[in-house]
Amino acid sequence: MSQKKLLASLKSILPSHCVLSTEEELRPYECDGLSAYRQIPKLVLLPETVDQVQQVMRLCYAEKLPVVARGAGTGLSGGALPLADGVILSLAKFNQILDVDYANRIARVEPGVRNLAISEAVGRLGLYYAPDPSSQIACTIGGNVAENSGGVHCLKYGLTVHNIAQIKVVTAEGELITIGGSGLDAPGYDLLALLTGSEGMLGIIVEVTVKLIPKPDFVQVLLAAFDDIEKAATAVGDIIAQGVIPAGLEMMDNPAIRAAEAFVHAGYPVDAAAILLCELDGGSEEELSEQVDTVSNILYQAQASQVRVAEDAQQRATFWQGRKAAFPAVGRISPDYYCMDGTIPRKQLPAVLKRISELSKEYGLAVANVFHAGDGNLHPLILYDANIPGELERTEQFGGQILEACVGAGGSITGEHGVGVEKIDQMCVQFQPLELEYFHAIKDAFDEHGLLNPGKAVPTLHRCAELGAMHVHKGQLPFPELERF
Amino acid sequence: MEKDLSLELQAQVTAASEQDTPLRIIGGDSKAFYGGELIGEALSVAGHRGIVSYEPSELVVTVRSGTPLKDLERVLAAQGQMLPFEPPHYGDGATIGGTIACGFSGPRRPFAGAARDFVLGCKVLTGKGDIVSFGGQVMKNVAGYDVARLMTGALGTLGVLLEISLKVLPMPEQEVTLSMPLSTTEALDVMCARAVKPLPLTAASYDGEVVCLRLSGAPSALKAAQKKIAGEVLDYGEQYWREVREQEYYFFQSTLPLWRLSLAPATLPLPLQGQWFFDWGGAQRWLASDMMPADIRDAVAAEGGHATLFRNKHYYEGIAYADVFHPLSKPVNKIHQKLKTVFDPKNILNRDRFVIF
Ligand SMILES: Cc1cc2nc3c(=O)[nH]c(=O)nc-3n(C[C@H](O)[C@H](O)[C@H](O)COP(=O)(O)OP(=O)(O)OC[C@H]3O[C@@H](n4cnc5c(N)ncnc54)[C@H](O)[C@@H]3O)c2cc1C
Repeated sequence: MSQKKLLASLKSILPSHCVLSTEEELRPYECDGLSAYRQIPKLVLLPETVDQVQQVMRLCYAEKLPVVARGAGTGLSGGALPLADGVILSLAKFNQILDVDYANRIARVEPGVRNLAISEAVGRLGLYYAPDPSSQIACTIGGNVAENSGGVHCLKYGLTVHNIAQIKVVTAEGELITIGGSGLDAPGYDLLALLTGSEGMLGIIVEVTVKLIPKPDFVQVLLAAFDDIEKAATAVGDIIAQGVIPAGLEMMDNPAIRAAEAFVHAGYPVDAAAILLCELDGGSEEELSEQVDTVSNILYQAQASQVRVAEDAQQRATFWQGRKAAFPAVGRISPDYYCMDGTIPRKQLPAVLKRISELSKEYGLAVANVFHAGDGNLHPLILYDANIPGELERTEQFGGQILEACVGAGGSITGEHGVGVEKIDQMCVQFQPLELEYFHAIKDAFDEHGLLNPGKAVPTLHRCAELGAMHVHKGQLPFPELERF
Repeated sequence: MEKDLSLELQAQVTAASEQDTPLRIIGGDSKAFYGGELIGEALSVAGHRGIVSYEPSELVVTVRSGTPLKDLERVLAAQGQMLPFEPPHYGDGATIGGTIACGFSGPRRPFAGAARDFVLGCKVLTGKGDIVSFGGQVMKNVAGYDVARLMTGALGTLGVLLEISLKVLPMPEQEVTLSMPLSTTEALDVMCARAVKPLPLTAASYDGEVVCLRLSGAPSALKAAQKKIAGEVLDYGEQYWREVREQEYYFFQSTLPLWRLSLAPATLPLPLQGQWFFDWGGAQRWLASDMMPADIRDAVAAEGGHATLFRNKHYYEGIAYADVFHPLSKPVNKIHQKLKTVFDPKNILNRDRFVIF
């Protein structure tokens, strides 16, 4: 179909203001939060009803036109990066909270609803939606489901996959299906889990039923300073080992502390090598103060140089403010930064952080660490300048080595940001060819023509072979079936 | 008695796949009552046992599927930890593999999460004879599709579970159960009203006469919670919840078909004849009834839920809609068929045990 005919067909489905086609209109969609990768899409479509989404998908299926779903475009792995020959299907217009069911502790929302908007809407009922990515004022619930996003409170309250009950999905063929149910489970395979974190590769999410949980009555936040980052890392494991599951347990290293302090003046100790922020919650003041005592003792035993307990709600908010603003704060001190997202077993924190700082010296690129320590989810921010020729490439190499170190330590290349285009090569390190084949087969089961976000998240075996980034399994040479170059 | 039988099991599955021989996967054989027909040669996983790694401070255990559930629970308890989803055993020989394959969770489920919520990763032997690993041993991992959770509750129809990594949690310091006699509608109201408040609630049931609420946590937390909610302390709380979990409670002695209804917890009582037991704060309702399957299924579906014919399925021999599992919508069924083909193209694993494709 010619572009002209295609536009005409689309405009018979969508109002014309919902079809963007000029360079000027398309430009804002050229990248997501990983702005190092850019591509102008063929078209951007902004449907307003589920029926329109279905019709668009049917047309794209018939025309074999690739479709990249997009929420708010805050993704950090290039998941929503357009394809030159594909359309962007933006869910931005689906921004309504459809129903809040207090007795059943659920809310039915459209996919373009912002994460924070849900908690704001149900706050007066004493409820909230627990997963709270730092991007929560902007990112959409559809994007959260597609990435299985996490946040500060996921240590205790789980990731997106633990906090949704049902989704409605338009398939590659344009069919509307319901996955999950109104109860706590559904018959058949757990497609809800399979779709969560599937990066827009298996279907277009057009509705999400989220679970809501009661806001705790009593909350406290501790800030502990350390003169040595390894001591801070050890303290993280100590807290968990004592049987305490904090509501949040975050760590920042010195560069991150300084950047955040300069930005929001949270009163952070700028001389500390690292700080831990620990949120505790409970059902009574007494219980909470016991927990605060327990954790303070653990922190001091782990040689914290200082432990501050927030005096009131205001100070709790201030403690968190620096953490929540850490990414933009780092953005102020460096022309560009690259955010990595590896996970490791907690006990490996000291070793992997050490490895990162060695690599930092090797590459001559500074790193700021600010991350979900309790979950073992690292976010090293590599500081670089894209205007210096070759620096982005070196940054990516450095980042790749960090992720490989995470896999080596028994972890994963991504805890919450997804693979997208960014970590596709490291997938070859984490998985064997056979496992990747199963991933491709699962994709085929949903999307036989490979039209949904093609080329993302799962590398071809060929790509892995060419790369030579090999998953060496039990001493066998990987990809024996493929030629070597 | 640690033993890794992966390769032996792989050889058996590969041979069966070559010869189109259906296999019936057996762990402890404690859940043979559950699901569709048992077809095929026995593939015993019980010998494939042992804890592969357990680090209490990581809150992660990796275990071979044939490991008896009670052994695993004993090892965890020695470190003050537990499987947070409180799995039912339904028999002495229950294995962790069978538990995860069935995806069963106990009374703690609505407040702590289901079996699938604590599965971090698994190694499976697919119907093609491939041994593949998905997920991992870390709390967060979004690399690749979440096949580990897909395997949970798939009743072995997508692969033989070989190893499972699970998140574990500290055991609560103390538990107390409060009870109160109430009518059914009052009971549902109370269970839902408690669940929207920040209370250390870990179980809520109603047996037709008495609501039982379990609170777990630090003694100070329980003391504070008890001030907020009414109810008499049940002396035999621990025994009560064990009996409910294991279906040893008197309600479960009925010889009628036992239906498991999964519904939004606040759903009003359904107009179906039979004996009721409400668990999971109203989200899991057991119905002992010989009503026509189609009538039960229609009533549940009208409320957005689903019904499983959990025990005594043979009661309905020859009657329509008496499949164990609730029918799937057509497009969802198609996805199921395709996924089955991905993992077990010759349909040799637990044929006809799960949803009818
Ligand atoms: C400053 C900053 C802080 C961040 N902090 C966190 C954090 O703490 N935790 C965390 O997990 N992430 C974080 N992120 C990453 C990002 O915000 C999340 O991945 C978020 O879920 C993306 O949502 P989005 O609406 O922007 O999705 P997009 O970026 O638009 O899309 C993300 C992916 O989802 C797919 N997608 C989007 N909508 C749909 C849909 N309706 N149906 C199917 N597929 C869809 C897209 O195709 C793409 O693959 C952060 C990002 C930034 C910029």
